[in-house]
Amino acid sequence: MRNDSSFIELKARERARLLLDDGSFRELLDPFEGIVSPWLEAQGIVVQSDDGMVVAKGTINGGPAVVIAIEGAFQGGSMGEVSGAKMAAALELAAEDNRNGIPTQAVLCLETGGVRLQEANLGLAAIADIHAAIVDLRRYTPVIGVVAGTVGCFGGMSIAAALCSYLIVTREARLGLNGPQVIEQEAGIDEYDSRNRPFIWSMTGGEVRFQSGLVEALVGDGVNAVKQAVNEALAKGVPAKHRTDNYDWYLDRLNNFDTTKQADSEQIKQLFGEKRA
Amino acid sequence: MSQKLNRAAIWLDKLTANAPRMAGLCASVQVADGTVDGKAARFIAVVPDENNHYPRAKGGEVGLLEGWTLAKVVSETIAEDADSAEKRAIVAVIDVPSQAYGRREEAFGIHQALAGAAAAYANARLAGHPVVGLIVGKAMSGAFLAHGYQANRLIAFNDSGVMIHAMGKESAARITLRTVEALEKLAATIPPMAYDISNYETLGLLSALLDIASPEAPESADMDKVNAALVTAVREARTDNTLKNRLNAKNRQSSALVRERMRAAW
Repeated sequence: MRNDSSFIELKARERARLLLDDGSFRELLDPFEGIVSPWLEAQGIVVQSDDGMVVAKGTINGGPAVVIAIEGAFQGGSMGEVSGAKMAAALELAAEDNRNGIPTQAVLCLETGGVRLQEANLGLAAIADIHAAIVDLRRYTPVIGVVAGTVGCFGGMSIAAALCSYLIVTREARLGLNGPQVIEQEAGIDEYDSRNRPFIWSMTGGEVRFQSGLVEALVGDGVNAVKQAVNEALAKGVPAKHRTDNYDWYLDRLNNFDTTKQADSEQIKQLFGEKRA
Repeated sequence: MSQKLNRAAIWLDKLTANAPRMAGLCASVQVADGTVDGKAARFIAVVPDENNHYPRAKGGEVGLLEGWTLAKVVSETIAEDADSAEKRAIVAVIDVPSQAYGRREEAFGIHQALAGAAAAYANARLAGHPVVGLIVGKAMSGAFLAHGYQANRLIAFNDSGVMIHAMGKESAARITLRTVEALEKLAATIPPMAYDISNYETLGLLSALLDIASPEAPESADMDKVNAALVTAVREARTDNTLKNRLNAKNRQSSALVRERMRAAW
């Protein structure tokens, strides 16, 4: 199916433009506004004029929408004070819109390693603000997360992804709390071999996350494929129950699971009960 | 019990006058009821459990069971108070060294477990529960996001045993391709990178910083200070269920500026 052009290869700005209705894209706090990280220069790191975050308003199927897309090519899509505040502010305003009767929809393109360690505590605080804003907004309108790859979505932002009403991934995507290098550093190479790519994908890749029911849609790498999945998710509306409400189901499974063996693909299937074949 | 106590366990005991722990939870999440300002309040702590079913979480880390158990406890508290005009205060007593790092954790969706906890605390705040984070020890990274960072008010002890950060030094050095020494040198001049509580305070995220004489064996003067701070925090939280009060510091002025400009452009 190569009559659909690649989504993964697109930069954040193009992703946002293509997810919005033709001609409706309007970027807020664009590179010309020049709000850059106040912390990177002192560390000898060149700033980027959008701080790696694209916020665009427009319409999706004619309805008001905001697309917030992380640029994975700048500092690994990491969340600094400014980039994090851009996403948080846009989500907060979308919630305010909904309270005021304007049904602004929200789509997040998540390509991020999590906190930008050069801005550590301010990145973490911004991520807490993003969590707060998603939980607020998703009461009114579904918040859609797209993890296409190739950066994936890690750290505190994997929690943000898990808060989304619906998640869409490709096979190239990875979704996990701790980056492979950090687990290897903290727990040793026997626990987690960060250089073993097939292993990493078997634990956190888009396909296994879909099979486990941790994301709602697995799509091919195509602009139309992603758009169609976004439309389908938006059409479903606010879910009756969010993934985060399923504590009883998870606790029952996790408490009764035999943890003497280390996790592998078979164990994952056993735990989640092959939610989707 | 030969379990090692962390600071959160010690303070949970003290603040609830040794009230019985809620039954039916994993041993690493302890919940007890007490009072703040003369009214019922629920206190929640994550504590070490040598026998944790998930071994990578036995040191007080927030792992799979801890995340989902926090989600359960907080969600059930919201449900219990659904018909009450005044919602109970919820106090997260925080001493969490990190999230659990492990293969099972990733495989079984620890990110979703931590999201369960964060969502429950945020829902509690939105429902009108005053949610207070009392940082008595470490508040690290994903563990803090799951247990405390959604609170309307954060109180911390002004003590060298208190540490708030996005990642431990060794890992942060590896990821940023620096030596630990270079990282420490930078952290001394860049406030958000610092590991100590004095630098953290300049970011404007705390509503109170308390000088506590004996954080590991609280004396009555310490208890008075903490109780008074909880009363203030709960009263303030009842008037504001957002996180806006964290946006006032000079060292976080870009966060406020972005919001101002975003609103103007919206």
